[in-house]
Amino acid sequence: MKYIDEYRDEALTRGRLDEIRRTATRPWTLMEVCGGQTHSLLRSGLDQLLPPEIELVHGPGCPVCVTPLELIDKAIALASRPEVIFVSYGDMLRVPGSERDLFSVKAAGGNVRVVYSPLDSLKIARENPDKTVVFFGIGFETTAPANAMAVVQAKNQGLRNFAMLVSHVTVPAAICALLESPDVRVNGFLAAGHVCTVMGYWEYEPLVEKYHVPIVVTGFEPVDIARGVLMCVKQLEEGRAEVENAYARAVRREGNRPAQAVIHDVFEPCDRPWRGIGVIPRSGYRFREAYRDFDAELRFPEVQTIATQESSLCMSGLILQGLKKPNQCPAFGKECTPQTPLGATMVSSEGACAAYYRYGRLAEVQTPNPQIQTGQAG
Amino acid sequence: MPLNIASWTCPRPLQNYPTIVMGHGSGGKMMADLIQHLFAPLFDNDLLAQLGDSTTIGLSRIADGLSPDDMRHAIRDMRLAFTTDSFVVSPLVFPGGDIGELAVNGTVNDLAMSGARPLFLSAGFILEEGLRMETLGQIATSVAAACREAGVQLVAGDTKVVNKGHGDGLYINTSGIGVIAPGVNVAPNRAQPGDAVIVSGTMGDHGMAIMSVREGLEFETRIESDTAPLNGLVQAMLAAAPGGEHVGSPIHCLRDATRGGLAAVLNELAAASGAGIEFEERRVPVRPEVHAACEMLGLDPLYTANEGKLVAIVPESQAEAVLGMMRTHPLGQEAARIGRVVAGHPGLVVARTAIGGSRVVDLPAGELLPRIC
Repeated sequence: MKYIDEYRDEALTRGRLDEIRRTATRPWTLMEVCGGQTHSLLRSGLDQLLPPEIELVHGPGCPVCVTPLELIDKAIALASRPEVIFVSYGDMLRVPGSERDLFSVKAAGGNVRVVYSPLDSLKIARENPDKTVVFFGIGFETTAPANAMAVVQAKNQGLRNFAMLVSHVTVPAAICALLESPDVRVNGFLAAGHVCTVMGYWEYEPLVEKYHVPIVVTGFEPVDIARGVLMCVKQLEEGRAEVENAYARAVRREGNRPAQAVIHDVFEPCDRPWRGIGVIPRSGYRFREAYRDFDAELRFPEVQTIATQESSLCMSGLILQGLKKPNQCPAFGKECTPQTPLGATMVSSEGACAAYYRYGRLAEVQTPNPQIQTGQAG
Repeated sequence: MPLNIASWTCPRPLQNYPTIVMGHGSGGKMMADLIQHLFAPLFDNDLLAQLGDSTTIGLSRIADGLSPDDMRHAIRDMRLAFTTDSFVVSPLVFPGGDIGELAVNGTVNDLAMSGARPLFLSAGFILEEGLRMETLGQIATSVAAACREAGVQLVAGDTKVVNKGHGDGLYINTSGIGVIAPGVNVAPNRAQPGDAVIVSGTMGDHGMAIMSVREGLEFETRIESDTAPLNGLVQAMLAAAPGGEHVGSPIHCLRDATRGGLAAVLNELAAASGAGIEFEERRVPVRPEVHAACEMLGLDPLYTANEGKLVAIVPESQAEAVLGMMRTHPLGQEAARIGRVVAGHPGLVVARTAIGGSRVVDLPAGELLPRIC
């Protein structure tokens, strides 16, 4: 497939890995911020091909993982109401609340639907005027523009039976919080390419100055990630700390201005709790006054009283902060699997624990013989 | 208004309903009409024509088409294969096929995967009140056409009607009987280290065809389901590498890669055989449009369903012969060898990735869910 296969090319990847090997003179710890990058690293097996000097820790950039348990419980309460059609991105259905997940709500007769775009939920609202359609508006700056656009359109179309349960979070605030943490051991960041496509990377410029840490905007294919790692390692070896763009085919410094405008129009910054991490100041979005009518928590005030505590068994907080690797958790692959997740990072297919479980268990197995015998198929 | 008894006539029951009504499952005249006018002409054969509570089949018909030598050993050495499957796909008609074709091919393929030659099918139709008669006609017609293509006879049937809202238009259950020739021994636990792993063609077509209509996604290219009967291909493969009682079956394992896709099948075979499986991701044939759709939706073609593709595990010595024969068959032209069975990591499936890394390919956890970004 054009524009994909080129970035999964073995020779190109190996070339960059060799260059990383030649460049790195000492161990460096880098964090890939986005769950999509974690997924790609493990799916391609790139994590095993990196030289031993480079350690990648998996950051908090998985929207499903960091959505607080309390919000999942609110979603479940809303979806259980007979007058509600609850609409969500697919990933969220399997996330366990404190007692059950949205799949169980659906099985018990709740009207729960999956869409690829929040705009589809407006269509559902128009077709079901006697129901209230609640969309689960989660995600980083990547999903925020489309979610905001859905609300703008609902307002323009006078759709009174549409509301959104919002749990938006933002990347720079999370990076800031990590850098402020006394335990931090990350030398450089691979910033999330898709978030930067929307927001640009000017937001990171004050961070590299303040904390003297390199931040490299990085894509998602193996060749992209290897390039991001290489640029980050070069900066570290040369003692530089700059924002660099390793994903120039998609990202510009200023980002996507119209997308930023619609986010700014609908949402304003607020403090948000992150699952496994806690409240990070000004790390999320909530509705501005002009759009508050669409806030599902105000439309259904009963859900505001729901308050859930996180489980103390799971160490996903340490994993999301890059302080532990998934396989360092005693419950990993035992009590906690994708079928029976104890915590956020095992739930989502983008979560670090799920990615480790799905792709990473080979570490315990010997490396397979690379010469698979081939037939005339070539 | 006074009743005008003189001009009153008893309303005759409406015969030509445009939709299914509860009466069509009543066991009475309406049901008989439905069977007589819609089903019977499509599935006409002498066994179905018995119209008994069950269909009786002479044993000689099971041995039909066998050599005189096979006939002699038939009772002692041949085995029957018997299977059942239910079909609940939504939408009923999708690009490249419909539920009727799927219901025949699904059961035919399950029989074929045990090395059997499928012979007879039964079909149970569960109709939802309100189903359009035209839709039922179209689907019954494609059941009949699929039976002809697969060379099987529909010899028993049943129709039930459920209240509106209690079904998704139409469900079909099919059961099938086939015979396994002497010397054929295909089973999921027979994979042995050194065996070649072969797929019969491109992966993920059916799943993405259904996805593309179910999600209302509009792609520039139409992705069609690959639904097809694989019994002909299997018979050709068995003929390509004759085994016999003393040599053992030339084909160790066969599986049609339906729900869960290639990943699920390889995991099942590895687990059943207690061996490991290694394959090269880039050798797995995937249509560019299926690949593109999967990339866009955050899905993996390795986990996406097929309805006309099989996975074969074959001794290395027979692999080229089997592969060559597959490629001469219309349903195996894109057959490819993707990997092999290994002694290491028993029960585990490992893929070599495009960049030369490796990863464990696990069973899918549950329903395929699109990733958020």
